[in-house]
Amino acid sequence: MTTDVSASPPKSKGKNFALLSNRTGAAFFVPAGLLVSVFVIIPFFWVIFVSFTNRTLLGKTALSPEFVGLANYLTLFDPASFFQRGQFGFSLILTTQFVLCSALLGQALIGLILAWLIQTVPPAVKRMVETFVIGAWILPEVVIGFAWFAFLDYDNGTLNMILTNLGLPKGDFLLQQPFWVIVIFNTWRGAAFSMMLFNSAFASIPPSYFQAADVAGASSFQKFRDIGLPLIKGHIVTDLILITMWTFNVFTPFLLTNGGLSYKTELVSIYNYRVAFQDFQFGKGAAVGVIMMLINLAFALIYLSIGKKKTPKT
Amino acid sequence: MKNLPFHAVLSRIAFSGLATIIGIVFALPLVWFIFSPFNARAELGLEIPDPWTLSNFFTVFGNGFAMQALWNSFIQAVGGVILVGSAATLAAYALSRSSIPGKGAVTYILLLFSSVVSGTAAMVPIFLIVSAAGLMDTHLAVILTFAGGLLPTAMFILRDFIDGIPKSYEESAMVAGASPVQAFFDVALPVIRPGIVVVVVWAFVNIWGSFLIPFILLRSSENMPASVAIYSFYSEAGTPVVTLLAAYSLIYSLPVIALYLFVSWKFGFRFFGGIKA
Repeated sequence: MTTDVSASPPKSKGKNFALLSNRTGAAFFVPAGLLVSVFVIIPFFWVIFVSFTNRTLLGKTALSPEFVGLANYLTLFDPASFFQRGQFGFSLILTTQFVLCSALLGQALIGLILAWLIQTVPPAVKRMVETFVIGAWILPEVVIGFAWFAFLDYDNGTLNMILTNLGLPKGDFLLQQPFWVIVIFNTWRGAAFSMMLFNSAFASIPPSYFQAADVAGASSFQKFRDIGLPLIKGHIVTDLILITMWTFNVFTPFLLTNGGLSYKTELVSIYNYRVAFQDFQFGKGAAVGVIMMLINLAFALIYLSIGKKKTPKT
Repeated sequence: MKNLPFHAVLSRIAFSGLATIIGIVFALPLVWFIFSPFNARAELGLEIPDPWTLSNFFTVFGNGFAMQALWNSFIQAVGGVILVGSAATLAAYALSRSSIPGKGAVTYILLLFSSVVSGTAAMVPIFLIVSAAGLMDTHLAVILTFAGGLLPTAMFILRDFIDGIPKSYEESAMVAGASPVQAFFDVALPVIRPGIVVVVVWAFVNIWGSFLIPFILLRSSENMPASVAIYSFYSEAGTPVVTLLAAYSLIYSLPVIALYLFVSWKFGFRFFGGIKA
């Protein structure tokens, strides 16, 4: 797993000699180092630089952008318009709600419940559940976007067909409740990761703990609360940080709602796309990118500091 | 199993019932996608094909743009995978087996950067770098961008893997007179191969399925991968040709499904599961 990044513990010296000379080792490292530098490390610094210019995609300022200092950031954080529809603050708050609802409440909770349920159900049920939950997760995002498009269609969609058969009113959910659509969509799409993480966490608990609880007559909820949960605390923290990071950066809802009528589903990632590639304001888009990266940095540092202390076995 | 107390049997049934219900809810949005490719009159509504037919697939095979896009996906994914696989193997081997000073710090910094510079936060600078390099609207742009983005994680997976292999294999080869490079290619590489397979499959699935990077970096329809083609089919075409789209989506998904089955059969999915990013 990627969590164990702290330098490997110093081994007893003398016995361990390096197999590769420093020169050969460096040569082996060069291709990867070059690619990562150009496409990961340079973009990081370049985006900071561009965010201080008025660079655009087209026109005069595309070729000779001017230095504008903090102007882009001041526009983004302009208190007069910050919370208005289609402005940065609006998308930031929308994204926060999206992460809270779909990642923390949705994915983590459903993943946890599913992981606990499939510990005890017959193998056939377990396989059925896993197939669909993992299917939602591994299929390419465009396909999923289109499948949901069909699923939610007002006239013929599967969901409205079911509602009609149950005697319930139909709904044009993509138009009426686009935010809740992408929340449920992202929960559905991403619950598999939490399920698998918690599943392997539960599986690593010695069965004797549960057998002892059985002898004492504990109910399955008591076993869950008093044995299962405390023992997978570390995994829960890991899971929450990872799914928060992923959900914060996710672009897939764009495929379903295109940002939405009157920006109702314009998450920060989609806002960034619109500013840069539809309004052609690269400087402003770069400033959004810088803020996104700072938020990512905060989460990554938390994650790495936890991973350093304790490496969860996943 | 046999002499379970009554309440335990009851809770087992309740557990199965609840799990089944959640499973069915998860299945619902996919049911349409399973049936409509085989329905000659498929629309957005759910309908069990009567009769089942493959005619939609022939529509796809006869659509030059759709087939070209699948081929483009293939070029970009395979190109990216070759770069990621080879560069990550070499670098991970260097990180594991040499004593370059500061390699722990290098590893740490790479991981940090790769999780900070995500595709959505970095779209502006990546666009600018690709356009400064004169690579806009080329397969190479997509291949290089993905290689750079996927390499850090690929290196960590492989480094972990190589650290777990005893050095004595290569040591004995070198005692017998092999050069370090020979020991790498002839002794270490075959042992590392399962790790490389996992990384390659993971990278392929990531590139094959992704939308945003090619959507930004490619302009012309000759270079578009299938992901962008499918999106343009249903977002731009006015009324989407559902029969074509349904069959096309299924064909496009097949490699991912096949690789998933391959990995879960060969390695168990757990290892693969944690590293999708």
